[in-house]
Amino acid sequence: MALPVVDYLKLPENGDPFLEGHKCSKCDAMFLGERKVCSSCFSRGSLEAVKLNNTGKLYSYSIVCRSFPGIDVPYISAIVDLDGGGTVKGNLIDVEPDPEKIKFDMPVEIIFDDALGRKDAEGNSYISYFFKPIS
Amino acid sequence: MSDVFVLGVDMIKFGRFPDRTVPDLGAEAALLALDDAGLNINDMEAFYCGNLGQANAMVGQRILQEIGQTGIPVVNCSNACATGATAFREAWTSIKAGLYDVVLAVGVEQMGSGLLGGAGAGKGIPKEGLLGSGTMPAVFAEAGMEHARNYGTTFEQFAKISVKNHHHSTMNPKARYQIETPLDEVMNAEMISYPNTKLMCSVNVDGAAAAILVSEKKAKELGMARAVKVRASILTSDPYQERDLVMPDVNSCTRKAAKEAYEMAGLGADDIDLVELHDCFATAEMLHYENLGLCGDGEAGRMIDEGEVELGGRIPVNVSGGLLSKGHPLGATGIANIYEVCTHLRGEAGERQVENARIGMTHVIGLGSACGIHILEKT
Repeated sequence: MALPVVDYLKLPENGDPFLEGHKCSKCDAMFLGERKVCSSCFSRGSLEAVKLNNTGKLYSYSIVCRSFPGIDVPYISAIVDLDGGGTVKGNLIDVEPDPEKIKFDMPVEIIFDDALGRKDAEGNSYISYFFKPIS
Repeated sequence: MSDVFVLGVDMIKFGRFPDRTVPDLGAEAALLALDDAGLNINDMEAFYCGNLGQANAMVGQRILQEIGQTGIPVVNCSNACATGATAFREAWTSIKAGLYDVVLAVGVEQMGSGLLGGAGAGKGIPKEGLLGSGTMPAVFAEAGMEHARNYGTTFEQFAKISVKNHHHSTMNPKARYQIETPLDEVMNAEMISYPNTKLMCSVNVDGAAAAILVSEKKAKELGMARAVKVRASILTSDPYQERDLVMPDVNSCTRKAAKEAYEMAGLGADDIDLVELHDCFATAEMLHYENLGLCGDGEAGRMIDEGEVELGGRIPVNVSGGLLSKGHPLGATGIANIYEVCTHLRGEAGERQVENARIGMTHVIGLGSACGIHILEKT
């Protein structure tokens, strides 16, 4: 069975994959991954797991034309503000890697798919997430 | 608390020295700075050494093995690209605390080649190119594109910063390169991470720089003629920002440091005659004009278009050539930019001299993040 690429990607046995945030009940700050203390307002025990939305808007990006050896280029490294809170980074797919074609605030959705065929040392497959424009 | 002065400061010419060692490069810079101050290693009461690549390998002590094992306390510092500034600031702090009167600070680095940044395998599978990019050119491109989204900043405006800094470096014999790069050449260079082309990325080089810091008492005793006064020394980390986790923040730590530095110095941005700031990428320099208060928010593009940040302009930035052309040996950078500003305040910068320079500012960012700012004044 495929594993989640990051801890904040959840693969429920019954139901669709989703990204999980941790939200501070005191100041509404949103984090990816668990933590004991809110780093925004310093409250302890105020963080609660929440399901993040699968839609959002493109906040910033770069078109990566050179990366580490073995990494396919070009690709779009995108920072997306999710509707309802939380910011995540990932690859923006199904858009030409051309600044003319990439618009700030363009609406995108998260899709979950195999992690580009990458496997770990034990041969496990992984599920990752990607951003895709909503047409 | 005593005022603190830089009595001696120097750097080696940045370059590639594969046959030399980190302690060897650091020792050369230390001796240059000692000579500049007219002092010897046995005059030093403490030594703060900045290096990143061999942070676990006692670089400071190995430098002393080359230039004199006097038995003084040595502190080895590592703080990403703010490492050199951190070592300098620790030296400053120790004099402020009244512990010492004469202290050595060295920043030194030997660099590999290629992209820096988190390949970030961690557990599982590598995330590079799967969850975006953790390479430094991409991370700073994304920070620059945030400026573009807010103010319409263009690829050409970012590229002009690289043209300027390369031009400045033609007048700096200690820079890695002395080569003009016209705008079309910068824009048509290999695209690394849009909008940063290869000529808009800092140069990986080996380098070392060193400073001798002294108390006011010691400065008066040894002679103030070429001493430079440290008006402010500030170090910050990154305060919480909502996009922190996916977008390392170089802005808020710089704004916080700049505000605190101006307060400590009792000065404003209008009082600054030159700035050496952290142009690790052309996109980064654009952000810091505003972060350091050199102009209002949204005016950075105009600053570069109108030449205000060129030598001869209203507030010259990176007249050394900056990290883009002088080079960026990570641990050395924070002291090398102090050398540059001191050289102007002493009126010894030759062809690239900022005329009548009286007060200068240095700024570095270590991603993760740390920001170090110093304000220096001619005596």
